[in-house]
Amino acid sequence: MRTSASTFAEGVDFSLYVITGISVFFLIGITVVMVYFVFRYSKKRNPVPTNIEGSNTLEVLWTVIPVLLVMVMFYFGWMGYKPLLKAPDDAIVIDAYGQMWKFSFEYPDGRLTDSLVVPFGKPVKINLHSRDVLHSFFIPAFRMKEDMVPGKNNFLWFEATQEGRFDILCAEYCGQLHSYMLSSVTVLSEADYLHWLANVPNISDEHPGLSLLKQNACLTCHSQDGSKIIGPSFKGIFGRTEIVETDGLEREILIDEEYIARSIKQPNADIVQGYMKGLMVSYETVLSDDQIAEITDYLKKLK
Amino acid sequence: MYMTTLVANTNFFQGKKGLFSWIFSVDHKRIGLLYLYSLMTFFIVGVTLGLLMRYELLNPGKDLVEAKTYNQLFTLHGVIMIFLFIIPSIPAVFGNFFLPIMLGTDDVSFPRLNLLSWWIYILGAIMALSTLVYGDGPADTGWTFYAPYSVRTGTNVSMAVLAAFVLGFSSILTGLNFIVTIHRLRTPGMSFLKMPLFAWALYATSWIQVLATPIIGITLLMIAAERMLGVGLFDPSIGGDPILYQHLFWIYSHPAVYIMALPAFGIISEILPTFTQRTIFGYKAIAFSSLAIAFVGYFIWGHHMFTSGMSGTARFIFSMLTFLVAIPTAIKVFNWVATLYKGSINVQPPLLYALAFIFQFMIGGFTGLILGALATDIHLHDTHFVVGHFHYVMFGGTGFAFFGALHYWYPKIWGKMYNVKVANVAFTIFFIGFNMLYFPMLIVGLMGMPRRYYDYLPEFHLPNMISTYGSWVLATGLLLMLGNLISGFYTSKRKIGRNPWNGITLEWQTTSPPPLQNFDRMPVLPKNGPYDYENKPSIKE
Repeated sequence: MRTSASTFAEGVDFSLYVITGISVFFLIGITVVMVYFVFRYSKKRNPVPTNIEGSNTLEVLWTVIPVLLVMVMFYFGWMGYKPLLKAPDDAIVIDAYGQMWKFSFEYPDGRLTDSLVVPFGKPVKINLHSRDVLHSFFIPAFRMKEDMVPGKNNFLWFEATQEGRFDILCAEYCGQLHSYMLSSVTVLSEADYLHWLANVPNISDEHPGLSLLKQNACLTCHSQDGSKIIGPSFKGIFGRTEIVETDGLEREILIDEEYIARSIKQPNADIVQGYMKGLMVSYETVLSDDQIAEITDYLKKLK
Repeated sequence: MYMTTLVANTNFFQGKKGLFSWIFSVDHKRIGLLYLYSLMTFFIVGVTLGLLMRYELLNPGKDLVEAKTYNQLFTLHGVIMIFLFIIPSIPAVFGNFFLPIMLGTDDVSFPRLNLLSWWIYILGAIMALSTLVYGDGPADTGWTFYAPYSVRTGTNVSMAVLAAFVLGFSSILTGLNFIVTIHRLRTPGMSFLKMPLFAWALYATSWIQVLATPIIGITLLMIAAERMLGVGLFDPSIGGDPILYQHLFWIYSHPAVYIMALPAFGIISEILPTFTQRTIFGYKAIAFSSLAIAFVGYFIWGHHMFTSGMSGTARFIFSMLTFLVAIPTAIKVFNWVATLYKGSINVQPPLLYALAFIFQFMIGGFTGLILGALATDIHLHDTHFVVGHFHYVMFGGTGFAFFGALHYWYPKIWGKMYNVKVANVAFTIFFIGFNMLYFPMLIVGLMGMPRRYYDYLPEFHLPNMISTYGSWVLATGLLLMLGNLISGFYTSKRKIGRNPWNGITLEWQTTSPPPLQNFDRMPVLPKNGPYDYENKPSIKE
């Protein structure tokens, strides 16, 4: 078992121990009795069988006892789960977005990150969103997950009980690079967290277009070095000619500003030969025209 | 008596010969064997895909195939194993072959419909496998076809769901046939409570097949419609609801788990009395618990969706009902173990499979309790723990019962015998390999490795490695087992009488193999119920 690092983990681990304890007891007990019978009443030792049709006492006994036991298991399962149903009112609220194949986070002050940073010992509520298909937000060390369902507002909340860095995994199958959809949550002491929050993220000399490509998970599928991942590479894309399929017909196009904007807004309109349809969702509502212009400007320079 | 002269020395293999006499036969025994041979073919394909997947997971990073291929492998593995192997397995093969004989009749109620259901099965199988050879290849959605990914991916999802749709009809027709057969064709004197427990298990199964399968049929058609016409049922970007799909899918697919498991319970209830030479303990409890499982099994589908964002109330109710379905299952296990008490136990390959079934099914059941509890499920949902649990139930349970049944009825079906020593060795390797393959999945799931993972974090390496090695052990056991069964067919010199195991149900009163009309003389029922060993009718060769 991994480290347990949230208040919720205790309830999960405790109900796990209760259920596993009872189960292992019965598994071993029944198996031992079964194997013992096979030896004790073997044909050699017991040549004449005794016909016993059944016993009402036993039937009642082994109906009632399991009923009681499973209700105990249910109870601990429910009690361990119940706190998750409602987040405390004073929780810090962070929005988490899943998209093929990247998690991203938006803080109340509008800051965007690729990984989660939270304070130690404070309730944090994560609102879960998906931009395309189903994903699931899973933090094994916190023992919790909840699906990110497009068009639906799920959430989970936790209170970290250990400082450190823990994995976030996608647990709901979401396509080709599902197993690479990873992120992390870093739990900082409250002072460090406030410090982190107060600091403006390092302003890099990075091209704003590149930042946008990173934030929107474009680079998971489109490489910058000419290699083929899921979609065509961005390297030298501007001014390139490609054969695309439009409404079932092949045609040759020149990649210009207009084509790039169209591909971002209606990704399935023209599909470059050799690539699959349907894998990219429209970013029409996500990116503004100015941002698309920034991206285009960056792509022009990517030779 | 009237049949004595009619079918003196011919069994159902003799008489008509040639391929057409089989693929157009309306004899339930031949249809049962048609299913057996086709099922085993698909099973071997499914096993091969599974071995490739395990090989890919031997080390982190790429071992064998690309991510997309891996995703197609686990989808096709699931579709083949679920729809082409485990759902039809016991009912279509052993139900078809033995249900009429155990009821003391000469065929199922609708023999032509029975043949049609095999043909539909083959059509569905061809459709499912055709996705391998055209377009963008087999679906890469997982066998659950979850929307909206299944609506968007470019792989051949439409053909795969249409195949499952077609296969559903085969399942419905078999279920319908068995229900009518059990109601109408029991031999005189055999009341419902004097039926063998295998018939009870098939009866409960058949009702689920008839009542639940249409739901998956229409749901899968809706996926195809969504893909081809963009109707807006499940894809939120065109106004649909992906959670609706999950509800519809599991309303069938959870009861379907009992379509896969109940017939196996029936097999165990047949094997145990024969190899303990005593009556089954708690006949009524076993019979009625099958019906209880079939009934309660309808109301617990929501436990597949504990992390999808259902309301607290829904989670509470579905979790509680899930625990209730454990009760009738526990009752069965207790009665089976009690049947060993004061028996005169003859340890033969079928009994070994039955004992392994009980052990492995318990692990499957207990891990099911862990998944049914809300708190633990929130951690374990969609991890390898679920994969391990599912394979313990389906393969360690139903799969082992299937092979137990094959070893049990082998002499009756072919009138020959396999090498018992080799069968025991094969069983041992198979059993060890099975547990080596699937137990580490439970561990790695607890550690937090999600399912359907092409690649994994370094800390998951060791359990994955053991699991892959286990898959090779399992494959060795399986090959030895199948080789032994096949070579028994060609080399068996032993003359098999009517009743090599000293069984008591009616199939042991007829010749091995049975004649075309099933009985060469009127079957005689034991006085007090199907397992009344004290009043076992004497059987002359």
